[in-house]
Amino acid sequence: MIDLVDYGGGNIGSIQRCLERLQIPYQMTDGNALPSGDRPLVFPGVGAFGASINHLTQSGLLPRLKSIVQSGTPYLGICIGLQVLFDSSEEAEGLKGLGVIPGKVVKFDAKKVSKIPQIGWNHIAPPTNSTFTEEPTGHVYFVNSFHPSPEDPAMVLYEANYSGQFCAAVKHQNITAFQFHPEKSGPFGHQLIQRWHNNYAL
Amino acid sequence: MLSKRIIPCLDVANGRTVKGVNFQNLRDVGDPVELAKAYQDQGADELIFLDISASSEGRETMITWVEQVARELMIPFTVGGGVSTLEHAKRLLDAGADKVSMNTAAVNRPELLTEVAEAYGSQCCVLAVDAKRKQDGEGWEVLIHGGKTYTGKDAVAWGKEAVKLGAGEILLTSWDRDGTHAGFDLPLTRAFSQALLVPVIASGGANGPQSFVEVFTDGLADAALAASIFHDGQWTVDKLKHAIVELSEFDQAEKGIPIRL
Repeated sequence: MIDLVDYGGGNIGSIQRCLERLQIPYQMTDGNALPSGDRPLVFPGVGAFGASINHLTQSGLLPRLKSIVQSGTPYLGICIGLQVLFDSSEEAEGLKGLGVIPGKVVKFDAKKVSKIPQIGWNHIAPPTNSTFTEEPTGHVYFVNSFHPSPEDPAMVLYEANYSGQFCAAVKHQNITAFQFHPEKSGPFGHQLIQRWHNNYAL
Repeated sequence: MLSKRIIPCLDVANGRTVKGVNFQNLRDVGDPVELAKAYQDQGADELIFLDISASSEGRETMITWVEQVARELMIPFTVGGGVSTLEHAKRLLDAGADKVSMNTAAVNRPELLTEVAEAYGSQCCVLAVDAKRKQDGEGWEVLIHGGKTYTGKDAVAWGKEAVKLGAGEILLTSWDRDGTHAGFDLPLTRAFSQALLVPVIASGGANGPQSFVEVFTDGLADAALAASIFHDGQWTVDKLKHAIVELSEFDQAEKGIPIRL
């Protein structure tokens, strides 16, 4: 059993249906029914960084999430669930993220890329010479104008190329987090969630 | 590299897919869910459903099949056709659509785009533009009501305005090419792609792989939509994708169209 966080800012139906297809049992948690910290946590979501931090603050989830992540409970973040882990974001300067991964969320450079947001399928692979080179590679679905930029390159789990390499996923101790949407990325995306579940939640 | 997307489009009326669908190994070609799964298995990158029900009773079936499609699909899908209020958009997104597409209603009341984008993000706010070359002068004109009404609006200017209002993607249909199989409208698609920062899905005129190579290179399209070439069994998505890759590798100038195989 895992805890699924509904932070109140975005539709989480697609991740629920994905977990159901994979037959992974889950329990809904939110500001009223806070995640316990005893079970692995999945935090998905589409939305803006500022609005998400505000939602998390208002619902009382913010401090609980931070303490759960710091306690070593397995955590899977998707999209906004990745971005809130960082110190801050260029999307909402002045607002603080959870700060459990040192670094910032930055915008794609409009001078370099032809389209913002990036929408569609991009190929992800672990950085060469990283400790993650055994991880599976494939195409996944992105919808993002911003991407993470961790201070420590050793935390980069996956990279992709969008007129230059960018960090597509991070891994640090109990934290796994994807900028892309595995729940919308066909069989390969479902495989990534299954792997996380097998590694951390069984 | 970001892949160019191939998007089959399904027309749905009263909860059933329409247009002559000629599909092998499909029990019920009229079932949007069955057809959607078949295209997903062929390697479609996304799907677009347009509800063309004439009656409001017919449209009421939308929520039901959108929910069923959402349960089965592991790839993103867009739903459009008669979406005219924030409430309607909300019901479709809640039912599991990843994006909603708006056309006539957005022309009549552009604030609709802002309402949807502010509530759910511009990533799920698609503007569908039906464009036809102007009789006099340069450029293209916006048509609404399924091509029946000429608005006098300049299509590229409307696209720019819509992006400012909140549209996160453009589904651009050439009314000069739709149904002709004469290839995509390259000048139209290029004009939109160069003028707008958001992705452009080209529609209208698809035929073989060469037409896709052209629209991804000369047309600068981010994605391309087709209906009949898939429905009539002429091409499967995976065969088309392989043919596009072969063509683009054969022609050095167009080498490297990124496609998800």
